Amino acid sequence: MIRDITLGQFVPGKSILHRIDPRVKLLLTFLVIVFLFVAGNFISMGLMVAFVLLAMILSGVSLRLYLKSMKAILFIVIFTSLLNLFYGSGEPLVQLGFLKITLDGILRAAYISLRIICLVFISSVLTFTTSPTDLTDALERLMKPLRYIKVPVHEIAMMMTIALRFVPTLLEETDKIMSAQKARGADLESGGIFQRIRALVPILIPLFVSAFRRAYDLAMAMECRCYHGGDGRTKMKQLHLRSHDYTIIAVTICVCAGVILINIFLPGMV
Amino acid sequence: MGFIETQNVTFSYGTGESEAPNNVLTDITMKIEKGEFVALLGHNGSGKSTLAKHFNAMLLPSGGKVYVDSMDTLDESLKYQIRRKAGLVLQNPDNQLVASIVEEDVAFGPENLGVPSEEIRVRVDEALKAVGMYEHRSHAPHKLSGGQKQRVAIAGILAMEPDCIILDEPTAMLDPQGRTEVLDTIRKLNREKGITVVLITHYMDEAVLADRVVVMDDGKILIEGTPKEVFSQVELLKNHSLDVPQATELIWRLRQAGFDFPGDILFEDECVSVLEKALEGR
Amino acid sequence: MALLELRDVTYIYGDNTPFRSVAVDHVSLSIEEGEYIGVIGHTGSGKSTLIQQFNGLLRPTSGQVLLRGKDIWAEPKKIRSVRFAVGMVFQYPEHQLFEETVLRDIAFGPKNMGLSEQEAEERARAAAGFVGLREELLEKSPFELSGGEKRRVAIAGVIAMDPDVLILDEPTAGLDPSGRNLLLNQIEKYHQERKNTVLLVSHSMEDIAKAADRLLVMNHGKVELFEDTKSVFLKEEQLEKIGLRVPQITKIMRSLYDRGIPVDPGALTVDEAIDALVPLLKGGERR
Repeated sequence: MIRDITLGQFVPGKSILHRIDPRVKLLLTFLVIVFLFVAGNFISMGLMVAFVLLAMILSGVSLRLYLKSMKAILFIVIFTSLLNLFYGSGEPLVQLGFLKITLDGILRAAYISLRIICLVFISSVLTFTTSPTDLTDALERLMKPLRYIKVPVHEIAMMMTIALRFVPTLLEETDKIMSAQKARGADLESGGIFQRIRALVPILIPLFVSAFRRAYDLAMAMECRCYHGGDGRTKMKQLHLRSHDYTIIAVTICVCAGVILINIFLPGMV
Repeated sequence: MGFIETQNVTFSYGTGESEAPNNVLTDITMKIEKGEFVALLGHNGSGKSTLAKHFNAMLLPSGGKVYVDSMDTLDESLKYQIRRKAGLVLQNPDNQLVASIVEEDVAFGPENLGVPSEEIRVRVDEALKAVGMYEHRSHAPHKLSGGQKQRVAIAGILAMEPDCIILDEPTAMLDPQGRTEVLDTIRKLNREKGITVVLITHYMDEAVLADRVVVMDDGKILIEGTPKEVFSQVELLKNHSLDVPQATELIWRLRQAGFDFPGDILFEDECVSVLEKALEGR
Repeated sequence: MALLELRDVTYIYGDNTPFRSVAVDHVSLSIEEGEYIGVIGHTGSGKSTLIQQFNGLLRPTSGQVLLRGKDIWAEPKKIRSVRFAVGMVFQYPEHQLFEETVLRDIAFGPKNMGLSEQEAEERARAAAGFVGLREELLEKSPFELSGGEKRRVAIAGVIAMDPDVLILDEPTAGLDPSGRNLLLNQIEKYHQERKNTVLLVSHSMEDIAKAADRLLVMNHGKVELFEDTKSVFLKEEQLEKIGLRVPQITKIMRSLYDRGIPVDPGALTVDEAIDALVPLLKGGERR
């Protein structure tokens, strides 16, 4: 069933990471991703791995869910590490015809895999602990300065809010329309590509009609509630940085500084 | 002056010169007092929803005037003040919730009005408690039942602290349980908070709950009065494709057959007791 | 042989997930040819899931669905033929309209059955007649029609497949009283003329009382009652316990009966009540 798909992967909880200001989380996640690429050797990468692991533990989300998020990109990890495995330089350890595996290749493959895995995990920490609404809110607030260069920040955020609200509703609607057309004998499963595309018409047209009707209603409802754009608008939720936010910022910056120091003083492999 | 007053209101869509004037509303003059619970009754296409949208300046009269709390709806500068005073709840509960968290949706109105953050928080909590949805404040709207969604929509209007709530067929898409939830909420708001309620409906059993019933037909007011006055006109209502409660119909048909019963029976228990009395004498 | 039969049917949403919920719980029942059955139950009682078992839109997690004695899932590839035999009108069916003209939309089902263009059109015209759509509407776009007319177009789209069983899920939802009565009368007329089986799901006990011969009462995924309409509505206490009520007129007659007045406590319509009360008022005796 389509309606079982949920948008975003927010896992409600009460961990310290759930309670952190979404703006802080968003910026720090971005910083960590940058530093995953800055980390130049196994020691600094090790530091980053430790940091990511710490974040995963603090999130209170089960490891199973993290591994599940890995599944989607497992292929990419295997593919890139295989590529690196066979493209290492130096003395071959194993020779398989024209393919050779070197120590350098193994290290490279491990290094790249670690980087991708950390990347996925740290993004998952963000999406698992932050509700889509909070993320939208954080984005709107962080992008606020862009208003001065005429970026319609409020409008973009409003669109995201409405999209988040209506995607589940429209998925449910699609489900209903599909059932209704199937009950009239619509054949959605067989035939060639053209037949299948044609078979979508009885689903897409009612879906569009419904989306427009909903949009019309929603616009009216918003007007009834005195919506008139972003000017003079206040927000119920106020975000204040609290002590745990500062702590997390400090820890993250220390780790990043550590990575730079290691890069400078222990320039190792890769 | 009444809280809402319409003076000879006429409304027509499409102002093309070649088209004959096709009035959706014709010469409507009515008054709704503060604190009243008025039901606006009529079949589909009778103009009742169009009239309701005049009460909060969503539609403007083509002729005549509408005053909300003495403010002329034609005055563009008063638009938001009018909408804050007279909130409109729409039929489809799915299409009027904006945010994907209940409490943030309720906050939408006050946020638009520029209310300070701390006060919004207070208003949202109060509004959610008033409709009995406080414990669902952090849920996603699409997981709620129809009746619950509609109560959240009412809370969204309440948070703007209106004097009047207009509800445009709020129960048409709900199951019996949802209908009961919404009606109980409306009655409570009217009685306990003194909020003026205008309920647009085609369900007779909802209209009997009101202080006053206004029946619309073909863009005009057909009859108005207390529920008893209106529903005793069984023939007139039936001729305009409206229904009456079965209790009323039963007694009316017995009266037609020549039996002597009062003409203003609305509820089951009234019906049972007059029938019992009549049969006891035999 | 029963026309439709469920044998120990269970349907579970999201089996093997944390959201697992049993919507239909070991239901066995059979429906004969030509019956008019009302299906009632509060929201979440499993009635919507149940009716989707009949035409193979949902496949039972366990148990069998038999149409004229044959398991409809014996050959899953042929499930579409079951949908032509068991027509299903969903709630707010007007939301499924998509064709350029009313006639073509009604003919969508018949065309899917593999009928020729001409045959499909003939069927569509006949079906339009059954639901009382005026001839001049047939060439219009369905999106130009009024709400009540759209609803009738959508119902005609299912009737045009000439199903043996017609299932309607709250066909009158959102219509005003005159639209509601008109539609129910048309369904009744169709049932009388075609002598086929009709299943009507509704929240309106007054409508159900007028239309159905037999009532299927669902509660928590199980069949609570499946008896003739009158005997179901005589069980007022049992219905109230599961969040249902009886028609107002039945309630009135029941109260009179309880007060010692010799009337039928199971009267279902105002007509029946009048027939019972007039002789009494004209000078019958007390019990």
